[in-house]
Amino acid sequence: MQIHKYDTVIVGAGGAGMRAAIEATKRSRTAVLTKLYPTRSHTGAAQGGMAAALANVEEDNWEWHTFDTIKGGDYLVDQDAAEILAKEAIDAVLDLEKMGLPFNRTPDGTIDQRRFGGHSRNHGEAPVRRACYAADRTGHMILQTLYQNCVKEGVEFFNEFYVLDQLITEVDGVKKSAGVVAYELATGELHIFQAKSVVYASGGTGKFFKVTSNAHTLTGDGQAACYRRGLPLEDMEFFQFHPTGIWRMGILLTEGARGEGGILRNKDGERFMEKYAPVMKDLASRDVVSRSIYTEIREGRGCGPEGDHVYLDLTHLPPEQLDAKLPDITEFARTYLGIEPYTDPIPIQPTAHYAMGGIPTNVQGEVLADNDTVVPGLYAAGEVACVSVHGANRLGTNSLLDINVFGRRAGIAAAEYAHRAEFVELPENPAELVEKQVENLRNSTGTERVAVLRKELQETMDANVMVFRTEQTIKTAVEKIAELRERYKNVSVQDKGKRFNTDLLEAIELGNLLDLAEVMAVSALARKESRGGHYREDYPNRDDVNFMRHTMAYRETDASGKDSIRLDYKPVVQTRYQPMERKY
Amino acid sequence: MSTATLDKLEAEAQTSHNIKVTFRVRRFNPEISDEATWQDFELEIDPKERVLDGLHKIKWDLDGSLTFRRSCAHGICGSDAMRINGKNRLACKTLIKDINPAKPITIEPIKGLTVLKDLVVDMEPFFQAYRDVMPFLITKGNEPTRERRQSAEDRERFDDTTKCILCAACTSSCPVFWNDGQYFGPAAIVNAHRFIFDSRDEAGEQRLEILNDKDGVWRCRTTFNCTDACPRGIEVTKAIQEVKRALITRRF
Ligand SMILES: Cc1cc2nc3c(=O)[nH]c(=O)nc-3n(C[C@H](O)[C@H](O)[C@H](O)COP(=O)(O)OP(=O)(O)OC[C@H]3O[C@@H](n4cnc5c(N)ncnc54)[C@H](O)[C@@H]3O)c2cc1C
Ligand code: SF4
Ligand code: FES
Repeated sequence: MQIHKYDTVIVGAGGAGMRAAIEATKRSRTAVLTKLYPTRSHTGAAQGGMAAALANVEEDNWEWHTFDTIKGGDYLVDQDAAEILAKEAIDAVLDLEKMGLPFNRTPDGTIDQRRFGGHSRNHGEAPVRRACYAADRTGHMILQTLYQNCVKEGVEFFNEFYVLDQLITEVDGVKKSAGVVAYELATGELHIFQAKSVVYASGGTGKFFKVTSNAHTLTGDGQAACYRRGLPLEDMEFFQFHPTGIWRMGILLTEGARGEGGILRNKDGERFMEKYAPVMKDLASRDVVSRSIYTEIREGRGCGPEGDHVYLDLTHLPPEQLDAKLPDITEFARTYLGIEPYTDPIPIQPTAHYAMGGIPTNVQGEVLADNDTVVPGLYAAGEVACVSVHGANRLGTNSLLDINVFGRRAGIAAAEYAHRAEFVELPENPAELVEKQVENLRNSTGTERVAVLRKELQETMDANVMVFRTEQTIKTAVEKIAELRERYKNVSVQDKGKRFNTDLLEAIELGNLLDLAEVMAVSALARKESRGGHYREDYPNRDDVNFMRHTMAYRETDASGKDSIRLDYKPVVQTRYQPMERKY
Repeated sequence: MSTATLDKLEAEAQTSHNIKVTFRVRRFNPEISDEATWQDFELEIDPKERVLDGLHKIKWDLDGSLTFRRSCAHGICGSDAMRINGKNRLACKTLIKDINPAKPITIEPIKGLTVLKDLVVDMEPFFQAYRDVMPFLITKGNEPTRERRQSAEDRERFDDTTKCILCAACTSSCPVFWNDGQYFGPAAIVNAHRFIFDSRDEAGEQRLEILNDKDGVWRCRTTFNCTDACPRGIEVTKAIQEVKRALITRRF
């Protein structure tokens, strides 16, 4: 076991992690631990754009953007945070341009912008062009640009290091972050990183669903590490289902396709979104569009022999426009479906896409131990975190924005804290928990297989806690997850080696998914209302009297060692926008 | 709302068309043996699935020790370049039906980089070459308050090379690189090209000097392997040629 000492340790090298690293490296001795090579991070898969009210192509301002974000999040957004997001968006985009990001350009050479779901002029009047983009490769360009600038700044990376535990030491009755425990993939060795500040930027957790746009590696490791150490998870019931995933595969086709003029159609060729969202139509917010698609499917207007999908129709758009603005997604349709988007509509279905919930933080990225107490030295940013700027439903292009704005903030705050703070003593036996976990899995002779449990988990999540939920379906999921968690104790791996043991790590990742799936389902069961991405058929209306509040889920372990989830609630920060009914 | 291709796709998806295929995989694990060996796995799989799906089937159902890198599963993260039937490809972007599944499908690690386990190679030398070309925008003078202006044509000039996902399929398909790992390799040149031809950048001369080195662009023998291998469709050889030309004319 090796012990390292750094001022600042950043967990994750996606957009949020690298944006934080660029700031932290300038200010403190920083290490970035990442389970993937930085450029493999899933930020690279983002397609459509990054929102900022630059007003390069039409009138726009950050106040309209703030409003859209809050409305899009069905008023569960903390309004102070949304205001920061929208205000700092402009510099966030300009910073990226100065770092070299090759945005698409307008005829006069400024950054071009396009339409995206839920972004509107003057509080919902009409769609506005707010998304800054680079074809349908915006995330790729952000990831590359940030990595390039990390190379420039000499950021120190530990690649293929999996952080598996968060170390917390109590000093004078205050829980403080002491560092993290990481597993080195190449050697199987454990490393302790003692650090004054730790920033989690480890991304989402979409792999507990089957049909998802998320990478195999998005298994919520950061959320799980904090949660297991008694820290809360906020709003985990809110998960976004993106309307346009490739049928059965879930690979994303950006909303930018509809921003460019693409239309959703049912089996009769009808542009059905006109019925559900007369003003914004195909560009209504994602939860609205996903529910509309499933309503069409349920009412027998789905396409194909099984009527289980609808079409994204781009055939009326000029091929040159598709080539220039949507080259990657049209290629996905060709590669994976064998169809030609110039002439064939593309079969799509909603796909599990984005975790609105996560590790609760304030606007400096400081992690919260309860509704208001900060954990000194602990930070989080990006999809792993919940600030909350996305509330019950994130608007498209607001996540690439979030990772830049709050990644930067967390990086600065963490490094500045490291300047004033002392190292916190490591707990006795810091690697104990991970050592046990690894040894148990390696030595287990159990008969359960990781792939089988994961598949059952994904199937129950898709069937029971996706776009439509009821008490009944959620309970089914809760029971199933409990069963799987029991069976997980009996899981074994075939690869017993030390070197590149991805068999072992997949087992650990599954453990994280199971813990987080349970939190999601239990939080969803308690929320007896419909809001944003959380839609309860048995409670179809939003209930501001009882549920205008964030869920806070804690793990509790009783004397016998049995653990359970305790739910608490946190008020929503409201500044100038009163909740209204959400119409598009 | 129906076209011939679409009808065919939807009809076929209804029934399972699993076929039997053999994956012949190059195995190597120095914890067990210093020798690399071939191992055959028989699979039943839908030919419209990806080679990556086949590898997952092996790992998840048959042999958990089979080791490879992967993440996004749709050709965007660059994790899973490997030699499939002797050609460098991304496993997640290669459908089984397109690579003659009647015969055993051979799967090996990419060449020219040290194999660490099964299909996992040491990527460090590859990333080092990338870092050596100064792959970041360098500008002089004061920063503007707003964005730098760039015309759509100037932006288009380097569009092709911005698509690179650093998968190493090109570099590890290059015979010059196989013979001598000191050669920068196509991917590093592609990434230098991305900045040399960016109108905003002011360090083109410096980058050209780096590539003028004995291990630089002049080693390229225009075999086009790299262009054939690139899963992003980048015209790699053309980019290298443009860098060579810029070195001669000092115009870019
Ligand atoms: C297909 C797709 C398209 C999208 N398009 C858009 C869009 O157009 N606009 C928009 O705003 N948003 C979009 N999003 C959402 C957005 O891309 C993501 O929410 C965002 O990129 C997440 O960034 P991140 O830095 O938080 O995490 P990621 O980029 O996922 O990075 C996570 C990092 O954490 C590391 N990590 C994970 N676990 C560990 C561990 N245990 N130890 C060490 N390191 C670890 C990984 O190696 C990785 O480096 C899209 C998402 C998807 C899936
Ligand atoms: S140029 Fe193409 S083949 Fe080479 S590393 Fe980049 S994406 Fe891969
Ligand atoms: S898994 Fe990402 S490119 Fe293949």
